Order: sequence, then structure tokens, then C-alpha cells
Amino acid sequence: MVRWLVGAIGLSVVATHALAAGPVEIGIGYLGYAGVKSKLSLVEQPSENDGIAGARLAIEDNNTTGKFLNQHFTLEEVRLKEGDDVAQAAVALAGRNGFIIADLPADALLKAADALRGGETVLLNAGSIDDRLREQDCRGNVIHVAPTRSMLADALAQYLVWKQWKRWMLVVGSHDQDKLYADALRRAAARFGAKIVQERVFEDTGGARRTDSGVTQIQRQMPVLTQQAPAYDVLVAADESEVFASYLPYRTWDPRPVAGSAGLVPTSWDAAQDQWGAIQMQNRFIKLNSRRMTALDMQAWTAARMIGEATSRTNSGEPKPVFDFLKRPDFSVAAFKGQRLTLRDWNLQLRQPILLVDGRMVVSVSPQEGFLHQVSELDTLGVDRPETRCKLH
Amino acid sequence: MWRRCLRSGMAAWLAAGLSAATPASAFIAYVSNEKSNTVSVIDTDKWSVTKTIKVGQRPRGIEFTRDSKFVLVAVGDDDKIEVIDAATQQVVDSLPSGPDPELFTQDAAGKTLYVANENDNTVTIIDLEKRVRIGDIQVGVEPEGMALSPDGKILINTSETTNMAHFIDTATRQIVANVLVDARPRFAEFKPDGSELWVSSEIGGTVSVIDPVKRTVTDKITFNIPGLRREAIQPVGIGITKDGKTAFIALGPANRIAVVDGTSHTVTKYLLVGQRVWHMAFTPDQKYLLVTNGVSNDVSVIDVAAQKVIKTIQVGELPWGITMAQQ
Repeated sequence: MVRWLVGAIGLSVVATHALAAGPVEIGIGYLGYAGVKSKLSLVEQPSENDGIAGARLAIEDNNTTGKFLNQHFTLEEVRLKEGDDVAQAAVALAGRNGFIIADLPADALLKAADALRGGETVLLNAGSIDDRLREQDCRGNVIHVAPTRSMLADALAQYLVWKQWKRWMLVVGSHDQDKLYADALRRAAARFGAKIVQERVFEDTGGARRTDSGVTQIQRQMPVLTQQAPAYDVLVAADESEVFASYLPYRTWDPRPVAGSAGLVPTSWDAAQDQWGAIQMQNRFIKLNSRRMTALDMQAWTAARMIGEATSRTNSGEPKPVFDFLKRPDFSVAAFKGQRLTLRDWNLQLRQPILLVDGRMVVSVSPQEGFLHQVSELDTLGVDRPETRCKLH
Repeated sequence: MWRRCLRSGMAAWLAAGLSAATPASAFIAYVSNEKSNTVSVIDTDKWSVTKTIKVGQRPRGIEFTRDSKFVLVAVGDDDKIEVIDAATQQVVDSLPSGPDPELFTQDAAGKTLYVANENDNTVTIIDLEKRVRIGDIQVGVEPEGMALSPDGKILINTSETTNMAHFIDTATRQIVANVLVDARPRFAEFKPDGSELWVSSEIGGTVSVIDPVKRTVTDKITFNIPGLRREAIQPVGIGITKDGKTAFIALGPANRIAVVDGTSHTVTKYLLVGQRVWHMAFTPDQKYLLVTNGVSNDVSVIDVAAQKVIKTIQVGELPWGITMAQQ
């Protein structure tokens, strides 16, 4: 009986060795809220899987590479509802995954980051564009893949200045995010030599976003909103809350282009991007997810690909060596935007070109030619090292 | 009668002599124009385009068959490879290629074609005589660069997003080794004696020198152009002289060709050419090197010995690849 038992244990030991010869398993978590934020435009409505679809493609890409390196990636999705404990969810997810890609609003992201501090799990911010996360609220365990509001505003401003459309009328929404965007746009105007000739506020008085025949009213309202303006070249709208900006193009009193939250929009990615090998990216995405790729998808893809890039070069799936590799000065990742993307060492923000899109085409890519910088032209976008309030510990 | 024979004989000889004196040394280059969906034919005596051939959609990889009778061009958006008869300079046939072919390479006998299918992470193998697909190999993400070792035993494929050079045994069609290189490897080229494999990393900004026996990176060529931001240096195409002593590397939006010492792997010179230089081809006597400048829609001609750019030739839109008959 004992001999049989010993034999059985021997077998299981052998079996364990055989299992241990399998690939290194690398778990990546995805943490975000359930539900989508409604957009004014029907064709811009986000999908339920906005963001994570990009991470899923990156897992596939990482696994194709991983075949040759004996590494295997898995993605674990956690969706929070209003009122859920973010910190708890982050800690639970970190128990099973060395890396978490987060699409969370700024406060929630900070709760998650603080809950994970001291541990080894690396948090990658794929969703929040708030500058304060990279400035006074920066955290040493967070890598920012999403661009900042200031990077987006600067990208737009550089193009408008290049076009010599320097006189802006700024129309701002009444919510906090809208005001943050307006702050970034004002800063960008001062930085690059544009002049805001007038500011107007669009009060959100509530009401249904979509109505059956409301468009006839909007046609009358928008010209009234924008009439009697001083001479200007572009109407720049700060409306992250999706209340009014999409109603502005072709309805302004004066015939003027719209930019900002509608019209010419700065973004990290768009389904229309076809340069620098991007068609291959877009094709793979559509094949896997049966829809077009959004900026959030691309931000999540890039986050997961950064992990894959690091694991392939360190030959490790452990978060610490991967994080150390990502923080090396020579780290870079290719993301179909025509040049290497690197991390700003003072706040772990991913440097990146910003696309300017009109909903159908990519109109331009910033930084614009002529805006120079002694370290990297990508640092002409956003808050630069000498200006930063971040002190990473 | 005898005098008449002599005179006609002399006339015949003179005529033969005259026709022999007509230069047969003009080489012909074929350039694929990715946007115009055409192939520009360049005559190296006139240094100008003598014909523009209409081809399928998105022509990129272009190569003469080993017998120099045909020019193969991958028309990616049409999912096939078109065959141009070099004598008539017309498209006469097409080959299956797997979806979205970009670059390809042939074995020395000209019997087998290996095609990189960018969208499908695959290398497709085609029997050139039977004109059928005979197999495929699963590689990394976005395969592009293709090169055969001089002894024909190993096929190299580079995967742009996986960042590897895959070593494929041509007999078994199995991947036998994978070498990690810097980001976005686009092109692979063996030294003619097979002693080194060079792989360009477009986004990484380097060229890796790989020992094909040990299958490890033994050296890395880096580039530095004063006053030019590092991100613009994006190596793509590579051309190495027959004696292995000099290499030319296209640096993309840096708008330059780097001249590299084949032994020390150091850059000796930068030659300013047109915009977004990607691919190149030597004339058979290796006196000249022609390079394609995608964004300025032209081809630059480099005098190899003098290491100088001597001419620029306007071609179609977004010139991509270039090939010359090697005889």
C-alpha cells in the first residue's frame, strides 16, 4: 500500500515537472467601469468593449510572439458598478495578475494606485487624460499610456498656429471636465501664439440628448449662440461632457471651422489612421473585434504591448523586472505612429504623436514641423520636465 | 568576282562590327510605385524612365526571376503577384500569393517563391513552375523582410510587431531559431559569402548583425546625424557589395543612405538623397546603386566607387521597391 502511495506521489512529481516545462504564464488585468458614455453622434457611440477590445488584440499579438519565447498571456476583465470599492477590486485583481490596465476616472485611478502601493503590480493608465495624475498627483507605480489633456490641446494648437488660424473663439461647457479642457486650451494658445478673442459658456440645462425632430431647433439655436462675435478664425469648443459641440460645425453664425471637442479633434488614435503600417493594425483589429478601432482601444493595446515588449526582452513574466525594463532610458515601443514611443522619466507618461482627425480622415499629426525641442520634439506636447510638479518616489 | 566577294565580306564584317559597337550595357531597373499602381522602367544609359507599366493595386515587393526573363511584383491589395515579361515589358500572368503579399524571395533555382503575408502572420510557399501554393509557415506578427541564405538552406523572415528574425529550415519548413532584434524589423540581407545576416529595425533605429551559425546578434549598427532628431533615423533597405566590404543602408525619413564599413560595422559617410528612402538595387556591375525615395517620388542614383549621388530620376507616386536584372 505504502509502495503504491509512494509510486503515486512519484508520478505526480513527474507530472508537476512536466507542467513546469509549459510556458511562463503572464496575467494582465483590465479594470474599468461598466457602461458606456453616450456621445451626441450616433456613429460615435462607444461599444461595450471599448478599450478592452484593444487589449484583447494585444494579448493575441503577444501570444503570437510568446509562442517563440515560451510565454503565454491572459487577460482578466473586471467591471465596476457605481459604488463598488475600487481599491478592493484592484487589490483582488493584483492578487492574480502582475499587471493591470486601467480605464478609470482620475480619483478612482488614484484609489487603485494607492491600494497597490508597496506591492509589485504595475498599473497602466489607459483611460484618464487628467494632467494632475502626471503632476501633483503622480504615482510611482503608474505608467500613463493615455495622452494628457495638455498634450491633446497642444497638438491642436500647434496645427491651428501652423495654419495661421490664430484667432480663436472659445466656447466652454458648464461641467468640470469642460473647464479643464478650456484651461488646457488657454495654456496652449498662450504657449504657441494663438489669441482667444472671446469666450462663451454653453450652460447644460439638462434634457434628453436625442429627440426625434430636435435638429430643426438646433439649427436655429447654434447661430444665435455664436452670433455677434469679434473677428475670429476658428471656433474652439471645450465640451468633453458631450452637450453641444457636435452641433456646431456648419451652424456657426460666421462660416468658420470648428475644433476641439468637435470638427477637428485631437486624439491618440482613429480608425482612419492608415500611415506607417497602421493598416495592418486596423485590419487585425477589425478581424478580431468586428468593429473599428477607437483611441481607447489603441491606448489599451499599447499598454498590453509594452508589457509584451518588456517580457520578451527580459525573458521574464514578473512585474518587477518588467517594470525596471520599462523605466530604462532606452525603452521604446512601436505603435504605428511613425516613430518610437518612449516614457518621460519624471512622470512615466508615454510620449506620442497626436492625430488631428475630422471623423473621416486624419488631417494632420502633431508635433508640427518647426516646433523644436532639445530632447524630443514629442516634448513640445504637454507639460515638460522643467515645468512639472511631479516628484516620483 | 573575288573582289566583289571581298567587298561584300568586308561590308558584312563592318556591319557586324557596327552592331557589336552598339552599347548592350544599358541595365534596366523596375520600380514599383505603391500609390500610382504602376511600375516605372528606368534605362541606366539614359538615366530616365522609358516606360510606365500599369499593374494591380498597391505594388510593393518587386524582383526579377532568377532567369532574368520576368519581373515579379506583389500587388498587395489584389492579393496576388503579377508577372511582367521583361522582353515586352507587359504584365502577362499572375501568381497566387496568399493574402496581402508585401515582400518575397526566390530560391537560387527560381523554382520556389516565399511570400510574406502581412495581414495573416504567414509566409506562403509557392511552386513557381506549377504556379500553385504548396504550403505556409506561421511566423510572428506582421511578417515583412525575406532573405534566403546563400546556400539556400535557411529562409529568414522578419516580423515587424513581434520584433524577431525567424530562421526557417527550407527543407523541413520549420522555424529552427528566433532572434529578437530592435523594434519593427523590416528588412533582412545576408552578406554574399553568408558570414553575416543584417536586419534593419525601423523604429528601433538600428541594424543588427547576426551570426547565422550561432544565431545571435553579434553587433549593432547605430546612426547619428548631427542636427537631425534621432526618431527620424529609420533604417529599412540594405545593400551589400559582392566583396562584403561596403554596405548601404536606407534611413527612411532621415532622407539619407548610410555608407557602412562591412567589416567594422561603422558608418563612414551619409549620402543625402530624396525623402523617405527605403529600398535599393545595384546595377549588375555594382557601379551604381539606385534607391527609392517614397515621399519625393523619385529615385536617386549613387556612384558606388565615388560614394556620391549623381542623379535623381522622377518616377511614379510613392516609389517602394526596385529590382535590376543581374546579368
